[in-house]
Amino acid sequence: MHRTGELFGQYRTLEQQKETASLGMWVFLVTEILFFGGVFLAYTINRHAFPTAFGIGGNMLDLNLGFANTIVLIASSFTMAMSVWSAQTSHKKLVPIFLILTLVLGSVFLGIKVVEYKQKFDHHLIPGHSFDISYCSKNPTACGLSGKALEDEKKEIEEGIQAEKGNPKDPDEGGLVALNAHAQLYFSLYFGMTGLHALHMIIGAGLLFWLILEARKGRFDANYNTPVDNIGLYWHFVDIVWIFLFPLLYLINRHLA
Amino acid sequence: MADHSEHIVSPKVYAAILAALLVGTVLTVEAAKINLGRWNIILALTIATIKMSLVILFFMHGKYSSRRTQLVIVAGFFWLAIMLGLTLQDYSTRHAEPSRSQINDPATTVFLRS
Repeated sequence: MHRTGELFGQYRTLEQQKETASLGMWVFLVTEILFFGGVFLAYTINRHAFPTAFGIGGNMLDLNLGFANTIVLIASSFTMAMSVWSAQTSHKKLVPIFLILTLVLGSVFLGIKVVEYKQKFDHHLIPGHSFDISYCSKNPTACGLSGKALEDEKKEIEEGIQAEKGNPKDPDEGGLVALNAHAQLYFSLYFGMTGLHALHMIIGAGLLFWLILEARKGRFDANYNTPVDNIGLYWHFVDIVWIFLFPLLYLINRHLA
Repeated sequence: MADHSEHIVSPKVYAAILAALLVGTVLTVEAAKINLGRWNIILALTIATIKMSLVILFFMHGKYSSRRTQLVIVAGFFWLAIMLGLTLQDYSTRHAEPSRSQINDPATTVFLRS
């Protein structure tokens, strides 16, 4: 009874019922905006306090993988929007197809993220005991660094050490110790922010999986498509978070790299 | 409440938005490679904000939502602006020196010396 889209007693029209569902989803998304907003605020304050270490940390990320993930996620938002369109226009056969495409693209995103996390683990960029921002410049073969890229990285680390020596916020600590401390702050935020985002993606993938099962039964059409619409809103929101994460985390100081 | 039929956004519009978002992504990467000083971050956030607006207005049907829903969306960003704005103005002025007029003001001087 709950999933067939008939009018419930407290609403006057189906239109009003649908609008209420959409409004409720948006209220939830507003809490999500403020939830992520707090993390973005923490990032902004720390980046402002430690611009050098954050710039170096940002350049340690793989721009190609981050760029690919941005494209993949934007494409998944498009397929999600198309599944909503399919439901609204009663193309019942198309709904699950676009939903499956969305799920596949979302999985590709998470797969690329796993590759990136593994790379950071190999490069000693996980905050903790073995963290060392200069690891790759000291062990270039382990990181596959050579030639100009290696020279650039060595130069960047050296400049970072010099900059941290003169950091008035840490007059007692010099060079690499301070740089490592502040770079760990960057990577803590990197893993915290992308991890929270990935968690939302995993939840979204679970919701999509359920939607696909329902859509294959032909449940969603012009008359009833609230679940597709609302999970679509959630999926687009997660896309928006990444639209901001990508430039903030990956592109800080690319012109210096 | 007046009954209005649901607005269906055509696939052509969705495709156009997809194209715009992809162009925006390429633009933001290319712009980041040029040294623009402090304008790098401003440009990056401007492009991200435009991309976000396109997603909200078209993919999320914000443009075609009821006034009530639009109010909730705007309210969300209004509260976000309060959180970001007030916190950052605190952080950015913590080490500020008092101005000369404040120093010359006897009341302020007493306060500063206490």
